[in-house]
Amino acid sequence: MNKRLSWFNVTSLSLGFAFLYLPMLILIFYSFNASKLVTVWAGFSTKWYVALMHDQPFLDAAWVTLKVAVSSSTLATVLGTMAAITLVRAGRFPGRTLFSGMIYAPLVMPDVITGLSLLLLFIAIGLDRGIFTIMLAHTTFSMCYVSVVVSSRLLTFDRSLEEASMDLGASSFTTFRLVTLPIILPAVVSGWLLAFTLSLDDLVIASFTTGPSSTTLPIKIFSAVRLGVSPEINALSTLMITVVAVGVVGASLVSKRAILKQQREEQEGERV
Amino acid sequence: MAQAKPQIVFDPWNDPKAKPLIQCRSITKRFGDFTAIDNIDLNIYEKEFFALLGPSGCGKTTLMRMLAGFETPTEGKITIDGQDVAQVPPNKRAVNMMFQSYALFPHLSVWENIAFGLKREGASKERIEERVAEMLRLTRLEKFARRKPHQISGGQRQRVALARSLAKAPKLLLLDEPLGALDKKLRQDTQFELMDIQERTGTTFVIVTHDQEEAMTVASRVAVMNAGVIMQIATPADIYEQPNSVYVADFIGDVNIIEGNASVDKSGPEGAVSIAYAEGQDPVHAVATTPVTEGARVFYAIRPEKITVSHKPDPDRANHAFGKIIDIAYLGNISTYRVELASGKVISATMTNARRLERRAFTWEDEVWLSWTRTAGIVLTN
Repeated sequence: MNKRLSWFNVTSLSLGFAFLYLPMLILIFYSFNASKLVTVWAGFSTKWYVALMHDQPFLDAAWVTLKVAVSSSTLATVLGTMAAITLVRAGRFPGRTLFSGMIYAPLVMPDVITGLSLLLLFIAIGLDRGIFTIMLAHTTFSMCYVSVVVSSRLLTFDRSLEEASMDLGASSFTTFRLVTLPIILPAVVSGWLLAFTLSLDDLVIASFTTGPSSTTLPIKIFSAVRLGVSPEINALSTLMITVVAVGVVGASLVSKRAILKQQREEQEGERV
Repeated sequence: MAQAKPQIVFDPWNDPKAKPLIQCRSITKRFGDFTAIDNIDLNIYEKEFFALLGPSGCGKTTLMRMLAGFETPTEGKITIDGQDVAQVPPNKRAVNMMFQSYALFPHLSVWENIAFGLKREGASKERIEERVAEMLRLTRLEKFARRKPHQISGGQRQRVALARSLAKAPKLLLLDEPLGALDKKLRQDTQFELMDIQERTGTTFVIVTHDQEEAMTVASRVAVMNAGVIMQIATPADIYEQPNSVYVADFIGDVNIIEGNASVDKSGPEGAVSIAYAEGQDPVHAVATTPVTEGARVFYAIRPEKITVSHKPDPDRANHAFGKIIDIAYLGNISTYRVELASGKVISATMTNARRLERRAFTWEDEVWLSWTRTAGIVLTN
């Protein structure tokens, strides 16, 4: 295990990390730049962060983004969990294959198409575009991620636990509340975190479905950058990277713990 | 109580007035084209310890799941305590089940697992406390009440599962291979514990198992199943001594099956037959319990321990056969001798090792006489 890395491994590893993280590191680095010119270093300063705190349009956009992310990921978690349970538990019902295909379609659907088709739908039904439509759109595309995470957990779930609960007098709903949900909760939480993160940094679908009054942070940044990169945006992006990183690391920690716990349960249920 | 020596014979199945707790009438269960249960009739009486015994895939688990309510029969009727349960879902039946995997709730403590069913029926707090404590005492788990299922051993988990399924004092407890996950020593101890708990609680137990020894040990009656059909229902002793078919005789314990043509033996006692099974070999003298037609093809089943091995034929016994020992299986307390007769037929005979090994009378290649009485074996026609 203690083998030294060969020069080839070291090179490929550094190149890989450089490609992935160098741009972000530069962005974070310059967010602490005292100079107004983005590419000229003039000493350490946190003044752009302070400026950001007083920039009302940005704060409004951040608030909109947060509202959309929390509500859409919550709704997506509820719907995605329900879809996963139906797919895994309902057995064979007419249209099951179609249903499962439809749920997973947004995983491979280009964002532009999803955004455009949702826009057309909202126009067709005469729904005023705004926070609500962005929230609906985000729910639509993040639901499938939740459903994938939850159904993979359900597939390894010992069904006799639910049967035991029914046998002891619990109704189907009580069984879900007291047995199924507590056991799959880690998967549900990591699905929520995933949906939250996806909603937070979506630009394409949000720009299709947004209205004049509701600008999300990615849209705001994108339009601001077109007028030139300001250190303030670097600071904002740094904050977003932090939030997303925390979300992703949180989700993976939760699911890792769930896997460990699941292995323990399996050993426990295993026949000697 | 007043009697000096109460003779307790528990055999409600022989009492025509006894009302069975569970009645299965012409139960059939099909999964698509596959018939898992084929037209079964079954009565199980209160306080019985009933075993469903059979190889895997014989339908025993399906039958149990129908009693629990997880499957519904395709045809036929099941009544529990006189009530037709066709439309009663599992959570409304006075039946509890102990699962093969135990199915303990991993996120709940031992105490909460046992209390789960009581809480669902809305029992009062005091009642739950009292009943759970009683169950913990019954299964000797008091010390583990606060632990989670993954923090206790396999044997303890088995007892938690038992306590949980008994907590609601069901009319009927179903046990699906309850001891399958335990090692042999623990399994034997637990078998006696199960019988003890069954007697103390007076609950009717139905156990599903593929282990014939287990079924024989714990059950008051055993149903031997094969391919969706019940072959025989009888007490363990009757299943062993009076099997009704070659299948049952062969499934339970070791047996020698001798196939031959029967002829009625006029000189012998009532029902005596001789079975000619090989050229130049003395026919087997046996007593048929059911009438046998002259010349019919029959199977003579005899258990190895009913045959003695000796250097000279035993004059007290009606049957003798001469052969050569080809194999000896030494099991410590007993030895099984495999003796090849002149016709090539191999017969197993078991002898108790009353003497130490080095003083054993027979060894490989020894020529010996096998002897057994007229009533030692049983004549089967199918």
